[in-house]
Amino acid sequence: MSIMQYNGSAVVAMVGKNCVAIAADKRLGQRALTVDMDFQKVFPVTDRTYVGLPGLATDVKTLSDRFRMRVNLYRHREERVIEPETFANMVSQIMYERRFGPYFVEPVVAGLDKKNKPFICGMDLLGCLNYANDFVVSGTASDNLFGMCESLWEPDLEPEELFETISQCLLNAVDRDAVSGWGAVVHIITPDGVITRDLKCRMD
Amino acid sequence: MRTATAVAAPIEAHGHNHWSPYVDNGGTTLAIAGEDYVLVASDTRQSDGYAINSRYEPKAFVLSNNAVLGTSGCVADAKRLCEVLEQRAQLYQHKHDRQISTPALARLLSNTMYNRRMLPYYVFPVLAGLDSEGRGAAYAYDAIGSMERVTNSCFGSAETLIQPFLDNQVARNNQRGADPERLLTRQEALKIAIDAFTSATERDIYTGDYLEIFIIDAAGVHKETRELKHD
Repeated sequence: MSIMQYNGSAVVAMVGKNCVAIAADKRLGQRALTVDMDFQKVFPVTDRTYVGLPGLATDVKTLSDRFRMRVNLYRHREERVIEPETFANMVSQIMYERRFGPYFVEPVVAGLDKKNKPFICGMDLLGCLNYANDFVVSGTASDNLFGMCESLWEPDLEPEELFETISQCLLNAVDRDAVSGWGAVVHIITPDGVITRDLKCRMD
Repeated sequence: MRTATAVAAPIEAHGHNHWSPYVDNGGTTLAIAGEDYVLVASDTRQSDGYAINSRYEPKAFVLSNNAVLGTSGCVADAKRLCEVLEQRAQLYQHKHDRQISTPALARLLSNTMYNRRMLPYYVFPVLAGLDSEGRGAAYAYDAIGSMERVTNSCFGSAETLIQPFLDNQVARNNQRGADPERLLTRQEALKIAIDAFTSATERDIYTGDYLEIFIIDAAGVHKETRELKHD
């Protein structure tokens, strides 16, 4: 078993009509043993940019703190809030910095830019960016998520439709993955603000 | 005098001593059971690693009692298994002077596979037919013959992509207020099977080319072939 599967995780981001969504499960485990059912994997970066960090939990903690520090430094130096695409490149740079001793995390960035244009992207543990205009998936349930998203996602979903779509994708994907699930959280990012909902799901 | 290391070294240098009798030829098969029909769908790509052996090599087989055996895994084993099963179905007919029922054939398949417990057929079959009451019956197996009657099942290279989708759309998991007992109509099942395969073809390199769909009902077996992406 790879170190990427040690703690278990599932993260997905989707584009809608003038909105984006990012969702993640809440499980933290040590292989088959569940340790925590409320482990945070999605972190707010700005009011309208979120980052999901599936992978090794210790690196999730380290990276979320490093991102917060770098985003704060950016804000002080630039006197403006970081754009999602800029942040994605920052994440990529921080990941590639550890090219030969990587963080075992495959981050997902989702947000709205200053023109309210949706932005999502995924990346591998070395920081290789993967832009998408539909959805990105990551974590131990990524194959399951690919199958769900590929069949449920459609263009121009309104925020509530996007919420239902991303929730169904995540829930049914984690139900077929033994090391992710045990609760889920969904963030819908719209120009008017972020809607955050916790999902009730199977706890087995 | 030769040392132990000098003798041991060349053996590992050659890659030929790790031969395996098993090959995974990729491809995906699914089954959906309904009230008075059962559907089996499988793609027709046959591959070996990154090579495509054939774009049209069906892996679902119609048996003499109008049951359909959908397979995935090793094609050689799948074909042999189908042959053996058909032979044993014929023997049953000669012995009992009637066609074997699908539930009996399902058990026979389980036994046939368990017979090879120590060197299994590398096949993950789904057997579909009508039961004695005329209802759609689908049976799913592992490689050593554990079986289960199911309303939906998917095996093969895209099973991780398709099975959650079937859980959601056929068994209606995580759909609040939906009736999980309600079986799909023929048109719904057909639509979902096609959707599942077009989606899986997008992301799974081992699934694609053509989709063969068998619908089994009281009238017999109806076959339909559709095109999937060839890339």
